[in-house]
Amino acid sequence: MTLKKMNQKGFVVNTIVLACLFFLLALLSNTGAGKGNFFRLVLTPSLWQCGYLIILATSLNMVLGFMGQLSLCHCAFMAIGAYTAALMSLAFQRAGVFKSPKGAVFILIMFLSILCGGLLAAAFGFIVGIPALRLKGDYLAIITLGFGMIIVNVINNLPFCGQNGLAEGSAGSSLYKNGLGFGMKTKVTYLWVAILLTILAVVMMFKYVRSKFGRAIQAIRDDEIAAAASGINTAHYKVLTFAYSAFFAGIAGGLYACANGSISTSSFAFTNGGILNSTFVVVMVVLGGMGSLTGSIVAAVLMFFVNYEIKNGAWVAMLPSGIQGIFKYPMLVYAFVLIVVILFRPKGIFGDYEFSLVHVREDLAKHRALKAQEKAEMKGV
Amino acid sequence: MTTFIQTLIVGLRLGSMYALVALGYTMVYGIIRLLNFAHGDFIMVGGYAIIFSVPAVKAMGLPIWVAVFPAIIVCALVGMGTELVAYRPVRKNGTAMSALITAIAMSLFLENLAQAIPAIGPNPKVATQIFPSSGIKIGKVTLDSSTILTIIIGLAVMLGLYFFIQKTKIGRAMRCVSEDKEAATLMGINVNRTILITFGIGSGLAAVASLMYISAYPKVFTTLGVMLGLKAFVAAVLGGIGIIPGAMLGGIVIGLVESFTMSYISSSLSDAFVFLILIVVLLIKPAGLLGKNVGEKV
Amino acid sequence: MTEKERNETPVLETRGLGISFGGLQAVSDFDIKIYKGELIGLIGPNGAGKTTVFNMLTGVYKPTEGTVYLDGNALNGKKPYEFVSAGVARTFQNIRLFKDMSVIDNVKAACTKDITYNLFDATFQTKKYWEAEQAVEDRAHELLKIVNLDDKASWKASNLPYGAQRKLEIARALGTNMKILLLDEPAAGMNPTETDELLSCINTIREKFGIAILLIEHDMSLVMKVCERIKVIDYGQTIAYGLPEEIANDKRVIAAYLGT
Repeated sequence: MTLKKMNQKGFVVNTIVLACLFFLLALLSNTGAGKGNFFRLVLTPSLWQCGYLIILATSLNMVLGFMGQLSLCHCAFMAIGAYTAALMSLAFQRAGVFKSPKGAVFILIMFLSILCGGLLAAAFGFIVGIPALRLKGDYLAIITLGFGMIIVNVINNLPFCGQNGLAEGSAGSSLYKNGLGFGMKTKVTYLWVAILLTILAVVMMFKYVRSKFGRAIQAIRDDEIAAAASGINTAHYKVLTFAYSAFFAGIAGGLYACANGSISTSSFAFTNGGILNSTFVVVMVVLGGMGSLTGSIVAAVLMFFVNYEIKNGAWVAMLPSGIQGIFKYPMLVYAFVLIVVILFRPKGIFGDYEFSLVHVREDLAKHRALKAQEKAEMKGV
Repeated sequence: MTTFIQTLIVGLRLGSMYALVALGYTMVYGIIRLLNFAHGDFIMVGGYAIIFSVPAVKAMGLPIWVAVFPAIIVCALVGMGTELVAYRPVRKNGTAMSALITAIAMSLFLENLAQAIPAIGPNPKVATQIFPSSGIKIGKVTLDSSTILTIIIGLAVMLGLYFFIQKTKIGRAMRCVSEDKEAATLMGINVNRTILITFGIGSGLAAVASLMYISAYPKVFTTLGVMLGLKAFVAAVLGGIGIIPGAMLGGIVIGLVESFTMSYISSSLSDAFVFLILIVVLLIKPAGLLGKNVGEKV
Repeated sequence: MTEKERNETPVLETRGLGISFGGLQAVSDFDIKIYKGELIGLIGPNGAGKTTVFNMLTGVYKPTEGTVYLDGNALNGKKPYEFVSAGVARTFQNIRLFKDMSVIDNVKAACTKDITYNLFDATFQTKKYWEAEQAVEDRAHELLKIVNLDDKASWKASNLPYGAQRKLEIARALGTNMKILLLDEPAAGMNPTETDELLSCINTIREKFGIAILLIEHDMSLVMKVCERIKVIDYGQTIAYGLPEEIANDKRVIAAYLGT
């Protein structure tokens, strides 16, 4: 069997399942169930949030898990994406391209704004990556932290981004009132946009890490000197991956802006206790497993559940009352769980395992066989 | 000219505070190569310890700043506890990355634990005045006593620490462990105990820094240490992380940059300038101002 | 010098190559010419500068004097990966595998520079992508067969036994499609059986690819057995160059190894 055929089987199965899931949700949002309060007020905003968190975590995993470079400015790229998308849609609306946030024109502009957010974030990823990626390890972490701080601080001081400029309020808090205008969670619509973009982004990242690019960056992670000695242009692949990852962070930012209706730089800042803080994204990636996009997805959803916005929400109310008490201090529990997981499973929940619908059973069997074989060989030698 | 001198003094004051915190970062990094994200939160712990011990100190009729001593003990205990409970087990079986995540998790844990304690809670607590409010005037420049004391205490602690590390047996052990853990073990040094002592001293310094912080801004809240810790951390890197004099130099530089940007350029951009300086230094001299570049052996 | 001059451009040539680290002259006046298909040994006592020479030949260190020529082209100021593109591949004294990647991915990673598809092809999995991936897969299996690791292709590299790791490094170096292969102590730490396997492996490579090989080795019996000519350095200076039997009887070489 050729490589292509082997992969196509999995591709077809995964696509069919994803498509079914997608249509189910799209249908749900239009039928009676979709009009219900639970769907509109709880499920839809939850899925929007999960969507951008998943993109955020998986895109950082490319840099951190696959390339082994610790970046602490991922949320700054997200901020760039969010502000670009917000300002663009605002400009279109002021120009009178669309009046109310509905219809084909509006959707087109929404996609365009989000895409531009991603592209600008990628451009910044490129600019930051060239100098920063010359450093390694802790020093890279610190310099990216510095760049992240500067980006957020400068956005905060741009006259057209809030603080001093926009008449409506401080730090862009009303940027969206006239833009995409999904409003707060009571009004989040167009769920399919979030789901479509999330699936697309994750699939694109999967393809990336499974190609020569993925092999090159994993080689850089394991041994940069040996990678260079194997003919890999390390600087090229590092900057490319950094920019590609920033692109998706920008897309996540665009989604975030759409979902929230208002944005403020303080949500992307380091000192902020919320979840859009670059260190938390790092935590998500490590918790899920560095080098496992599946792990990042699971960790992002987990992160969503401890998010303070949801702690008083409907999700907690569904739990048995005994457990609800935990969510009084969700971050405390989260920190505790994190320490325990790291202590007992230093490689994260998933390690570098990737979930695939066709391969679940085979994977488990293969894993066992491989372990046994390795053990036997090691003894033999 | 007056503004200049006033700015300079504010910068020195901020700088000596940053330097003390940076020392804690640098000592821990030097010895176990870990960016101890929880260090900023030790300042917060120190702040609350001072607030809670002030009434007792007052009752005994001692000056209020004596409250720093119980705070130092509390901070040292918290620091050593963190090392024992979280860092040491992770160091044994984890990677550098999992150690870093543990540090972030510890930081989160301390902040949220403080919030969950009823006596502390999420709202800021106002502290009493630490130093008497008297001051001296030289020409047009006013020097209040807390500024003078902050700078003096900062310098004294730094000098003391420097001699401690250079001259004493424990200091020598600390330097050995930071150079080479295995060789230190072979020379009969108890590595784990040395690391523990380092955590104790570093965290104790954080308590002194929180005294300085409270004397300037008498308000304590659970996320107090985040930004302060971050800047001190930048200071440590700027000077060359792992190098004691580097942390002092870095702290002073960051303090000066911040105060001068605030009074001459823009107060809201001062953080951006601090980090800009960091980036420029790291790009020109990746190991920091006093650091040595060490290439990887092939 | 017993070197017989050939009427062709040497694959690798150095002229007056030298490097000093902060005033300490580690290697000086290193001259060598290696022709296609040759196997040259580079020996010398510990700390003689052998690995430093390798690092200069692969662009890891920038020589302070002299030039490296590959097929007659100077490689001054090029980066390590450009040396590889030009045709120099190496292994490392202390094994440097991509330890968290599978065995086959280690070899595939070394083929990266020869894969021409771009980000678009990879994302949309075009025909070009599949063709290139299939070619790389086949090539990697072929190279793993040469070093007898094909049956362990899906293993994690770090789980291989020591001798196999050394051989995987050679397979990885072969993946770069080189003209000259530099082997840094390939037999270090191997038992006699493994060393024999390695020898046959090196012979297969020479027959199959007809490339030039420069070999650093401490195992004198191995060097004497396989090398056509041997260069001996001590304190960064060349002290002898010639056929194995000449080297074995050279007074300066004996003095360098046994002390005077």
